[in-house]
Amino acid sequence: MMQVLFYYMAAVTVVSSVLTVTLKQPVYNVLALLTMFFHVAGLYVLLNAEFLAVVQIIVYAGAILVLYLFVLMLLNLRSDARHMHRQWPFAVLILGSVAAMLVGAFAGGGFGGEIGQYSTAYIDSLGGDTQAIGLTLYTDYLLPFEVASLVLLVAMVGAIVLTKKGLVDDQVED
Amino acid sequence: MIELSNYVILSAIIFFIGVLGVVTRRSIIVILLSIELMLNAVNINFVAFSHYLQSITGQVFVFFTLTVAAAEVAVGLALIVAIYRNRKTVNVEELDIMKW
Repeated sequence: MMQVLFYYMAAVTVVSSVLTVTLKQPVYNVLALLTMFFHVAGLYVLLNAEFLAVVQIIVYAGAILVLYLFVLMLLNLRSDARHMHRQWPFAVLILGSVAAMLVGAFAGGGFGGEIGQYSTAYIDSLGGDTQAIGLTLYTDYLLPFEVASLVLLVAMVGAIVLTKKGLVDDQVED
Repeated sequence: MIELSNYVILSAIIFFIGVLGVVTRRSIIVILLSIELMLNAVNINFVAFSHYLQSITGQVFVFFTLTVAAAEVAVGLALIVAIYRNRKTVNVEELDIMKW
């Protein structure tokens, strides 16, 4: 059952990623990416990361993609006759061969490392995935957490400064 | 049982699809979407390793990746709006003002 679900999620994720890159209309690209985000959230559920699955849907699908659609509607772009670069077959060839090499290397497995203490039973004893992440985030990673909030503040101020008329010189008149 | 390598392979494939989008597409918006694809590929790796090596750190790092992705999208889209306002295009082949 788990395997069937994994292969379904993996297949839809790959197909919708390809559609995100190849479709012509930007709105369709964004909607394909939405499908991809939902199925990645499904993969997180398979990996017992329920909190991240929900955050993935709320932040990526709820906030980021809405922002993309908002800007798309705002710009009102005309669709281009030629939406790919002229040399795209070469890019497919080169990146495809590098990807095939990597997949061949990864297929052998042999990924290992130190096994940590956060087994499924231990996470359950803490009260669940959300509690386990919260306990780690607010103790061991408190400083990065505060830095992340600073990053968000800077991004917010930056976005306002960049889009406000008159703050940055827009002297290009043609 | 699903192997860890299945997740790593899936993540590699999605990452390369993202790279392909960045190098071949001509619209800045689709290039930003492809960067989102790459960030998601990295997140899948983080969560998969976190699960199989039984360490919660990977999931905490996905949390930070999400934060940076949100900041990147806000600033990136603001830049796109500013570029469109000045140049009336979002096609990267026409944005060659800094080209030698």
